[in-house]
Amino acid sequence: MARRFVSIWLPCLVTDWHIRKQPQLHNMPFVLKAPVRNRIVVTAVSPAALSLGIRTGTTLADAKALVPSLQALEHKLGLAEQLLQRMAEWCIRFTPVAAPDPLGGLLLDASGCAHLWGGEDAYLADICKRLTARGYSVRAAMADTIGAAWAVARYGNTAPVVDSGHHRKILLSLPVSSLRLEEEMIVRLHKLGLRQIKDVMALPQTSLRRRFGAQLIQRINQALGDEEECIQPVYPPEPFQERLPCLEPIRTLTGIEIALHHLLAALCDRLRKEGKGLRSAFFRVYRVDGGTQGIEIGTNRSSHNEEHLFHLFSLKLSTIEPKEGIELFLLEATKVEDATPLQESLWEEGSGLQDPRLAELVDRLAGKLGQEAICRYLPAEHWWPERSFKKAASLDELPAAGWKLDRPRPLQLLSPPERIDVTAPIPDYPPMLFRYKGSVHKIVKADGPERIEQEWWIQDGKHRDYYCVEDEEGRRYWLFRSGHYNEEETPSWFLHGFFA
Amino acid sequence: MPAKADILARLQRDILLLQGIKSPSLQAVDETGLGRINEAFPHGVFPRSALHEFFCTSQESATASMAFISGIVSALTKSKGVVMWISSSRRIFPPALNAFGIQPGQVIFLELQKEKEVAWAVEEALKCRSLSAVIGEMQELSFTASRRYQLAIEQSGVGCFVIRRNPKNRTTASVTRWQVETIRSGQPDDLPGVGYPRWQVSLLKVRNGKPGSWNVEWVKGAFRTVSKLAILHREAQKKTG
Repeated sequence: MARRFVSIWLPCLVTDWHIRKQPQLHNMPFVLKAPVRNRIVVTAVSPAALSLGIRTGTTLADAKALVPSLQALEHKLGLAEQLLQRMAEWCIRFTPVAAPDPLGGLLLDASGCAHLWGGEDAYLADICKRLTARGYSVRAAMADTIGAAWAVARYGNTAPVVDSGHHRKILLSLPVSSLRLEEEMIVRLHKLGLRQIKDVMALPQTSLRRRFGAQLIQRINQALGDEEECIQPVYPPEPFQERLPCLEPIRTLTGIEIALHHLLAALCDRLRKEGKGLRSAFFRVYRVDGGTQGIEIGTNRSSHNEEHLFHLFSLKLSTIEPKEGIELFLLEATKVEDATPLQESLWEEGSGLQDPRLAELVDRLAGKLGQEAICRYLPAEHWWPERSFKKAASLDELPAAGWKLDRPRPLQLLSPPERIDVTAPIPDYPPMLFRYKGSVHKIVKADGPERIEQEWWIQDGKHRDYYCVEDEEGRRYWLFRSGHYNEEETPSWFLHGFFA
Repeated sequence: MPAKADILARLQRDILLLQGIKSPSLQAVDETGLGRINEAFPHGVFPRSALHEFFCTSQESATASMAFISGIVSALTKSKGVVMWISSSRRIFPPALNAFGIQPGQVIFLELQKEKEVAWAVEEALKCRSLSAVIGEMQELSFTASRRYQLAIEQSGVGCFVIRRNPKNRTTASVTRWQVETIRSGQPDDLPGVGYPRWQVSLLKVRNGKPGSWNVEWVKGAFRTVSKLAILHREAQKKTG
């Protein structure tokens, strides 16, 4: 059977992608820019800008002189390659062998595929239609060889589908640049007056090889089909997913547990082999009556520990209603990360926060009580006590700054501070007695004041003068006065904490 | 055939072991730095893997209990190890834990809504060997729950400290029961200002030990027992001038 190849050319791939992401750019002249040797150079041109005469390679200043309203976006490195890779994966719907073309565009091996679309014309039309519907400008061609399809897609002015065996005739009248040669060689061919492929082929092969090297001969032979050329096809990543269909519908909790055990064993085995661990997983059951139900779990650290994951699921398994029975179980790892190999500690003690058993405990607690119930605190750069600590994002987060240890701080802090009535001599003495929750405390010892100013970058509240005080019965408190004494108002006093 | 006394001694040892009290040969002497208080415990060593209950009547005594617990935990773990602090209303000020030898970053706080959740979380945490201590704040602790805690502790070896505000149920399977109250601090030569934190620590119950009451000060990262006589003496001096 004759081999058939499709070459797809996306002339404005990156700019089309930008228009897709930001529809307001449609019909607006814009370019992509990147610095090259201290100059900002245009690297891609939108169709609207192209019609105004802007070409790639000119400096941005020149282009702006030509079109003052020109918009310039940042050129993202590797974007085109990423897009082509994704599109090649998408193209697997047309043929199992699809690949991004190293020279830009896509290559498909369409041998024996087209009849499923009812002919090659319909096949090619469908590819073009779907890509155009996504906002890309497309030219595609089909021929017996990769070289011929490539040439016709870019330079052909005949029908895009070259019938089997006819590519040689069509190639002859195409320009030499359609041979996938280096820019330099094309210039040299042009200098010698060799503009079309038939001009080149008229010359003896030996002299061509001597003058231009083996590459030209290879490209001609590849285009004509005399030399084999192969594609490096893309393989889509296989999702971390396991399925378990059942012969008889499952209706009991034990049955569901057995199924989950099977699925977890298979999934964890694969994760272990690939050195990965899952961060979140989804367990879905398909019932006989067509209904589906699912439960989801998350872990703090990537894990492929079957027992632990089963435990996390088992907390929620009772929410599944089997009704008439379950016919299919599906387990999917929705978020997978590289597993962090841990150094085994020789001694049990002092293993710290990195211990996997601790992470598993936190997962179990979070599964039942919610993630927000679990907190760890790290110092925050603030003077006011209630702002001087913040929640840590994870178990591994290290403090960015040290704790401030120079001043005494109460072990228990009231938030917000509670208002108290005091008797205090002015201006700056600690109170003699205060009333809190109905009982009077007579102060015998006091330290202070320690002034904590309002933080100028927040500008909230008055400054506070703090006193550590001890009452007659030996109870120690942290009091503060908010603001100055002045004629208009007496400052209010607050109880902010309890010392040990 | 072994003598009756030998059998009795062996059984007594076995019972102590079952109750979570290891023989002192396995442990260093006086890890906690509690000094004279250690005499109250079986074998003269603080039972680290055991359920300790702290009764408190007010916010102030709860604070004192927390400080006392923090001091013991930091001494037992040498300021390393992870502590889980479970409560239904967090009032603890994390930076202040530094003063009692605990790194606040090494504490995982569980801030829960209900007492029931606290009870469940404490038991779950006690099963995890990689924790060095679990501190729970709850009002009620049933006898069954305390038995379950003690069993979990014997499996994992994690110390458990339960702080109970105004408890109703006093029958539990705890190994020790304490009450810590703040008392007036002392300053050398009657200098003005607040001195080191000083508490009256009462050991209300201790299994196979001798209860008692001591005055304890926390001075520069270590416990120091203050004799009552010294305090009385100073106060008498003050009166007579």
